[in-house]
Amino acid sequence: MNDDDRVFKALADPTRRFLLDQLYERDGRTLTQLESGLEMTRFGVMKHLRVLEDAGVVVTRREGREKLHFLNPVPIRLIHDRWIDKYTERRVSALAELKAQLEEEMA
Amino acid sequence: MRTTETSVATQVYRVYIKATPQAIWDAITTPEWTVRYGFGGRAEYELRPGGLYRVPTTEDMKRAGAKMGLSVPDVMVDGEVIEVDPPRRLVQTFRMLMDEATAAEGFTRLTWEIDELPGGVSKLTVVHELEGKPQLAALSAGERESEGAGGGWSYVLSDLKTLLETGSSMAPSTGPDHR
Repeated sequence: MNDDDRVFKALADPTRRFLLDQLYERDGRTLTQLESGLEMTRFGVMKHLRVLEDAGVVVTRREGREKLHFLNPVPIRLIHDRWIDKYTERRVSALAELKAQLEEEMA
Repeated sequence: MRTTETSVATQVYRVYIKATPQAIWDAITTPEWTVRYGFGGRAEYELRPGGLYRVPTTEDMKRAGAKMGLSVPDVMVDGEVIEVDPPRRLVQTFRMLMDEATAAEGFTRLTWEIDELPGGVSKLTVVHELEGKPQLAALSAGERESEGAGGGWSYVLSDLKTLLETGSSMAPSTGPDHR
């Protein structure tokens, strides 16, 4: 698996996306804090966090006695620049224009 | 949005780059390199503890600022070098002077760590301590990109990776004030 594969795999799971959203809201959380939002065993949450870490979208750092989890958006940015921008820019702006036009007509 | 009081703390960014630690170190600390990626400012570092750090405002930054209704000062960012261990670790303070709100937040602590991995790959980690600095935290996280303030550290570090790996930075369309 290359770097992109790992990121797509990491994002292809609702629990892992939920964990990322949790970190987006408040960064630098412990496992215990992340666990509290999920109906899942500690072991299960750890496994998901490992996949996120392997993909580089979560980075852990020790602070004192605690291991904190941080959201690292750089790999997602790289995928965005490589895959999303390229295919969507023109179409998205055309759609956005259409939406604006239609809404104007309706107003 | 990560802008409530309790949610604004440290931000950590990491990128793997196919380059030597020395190449990455040079790209961070020498103006000849810093003009080629990210916001394109000439970073001036006095690489010793207590040394000065500053980034004079470029014409592009002035234009971007004007679009946001700001008259930006001649120096965009300043700070002080705290720890220098080339090409592995650089600790500095960092103050954004773009507008009054960010300038008033004062200095933050910024740590650059470079680790060499097997296979000619290095790991660059940027730790920005932003406790109690919601304005700069929003900028660093790229939350004001749509206003023209740029995509924060994600943008800068992706661009740095692209530059070091391909020899040229990303298409200008992805940069600030070029969309």
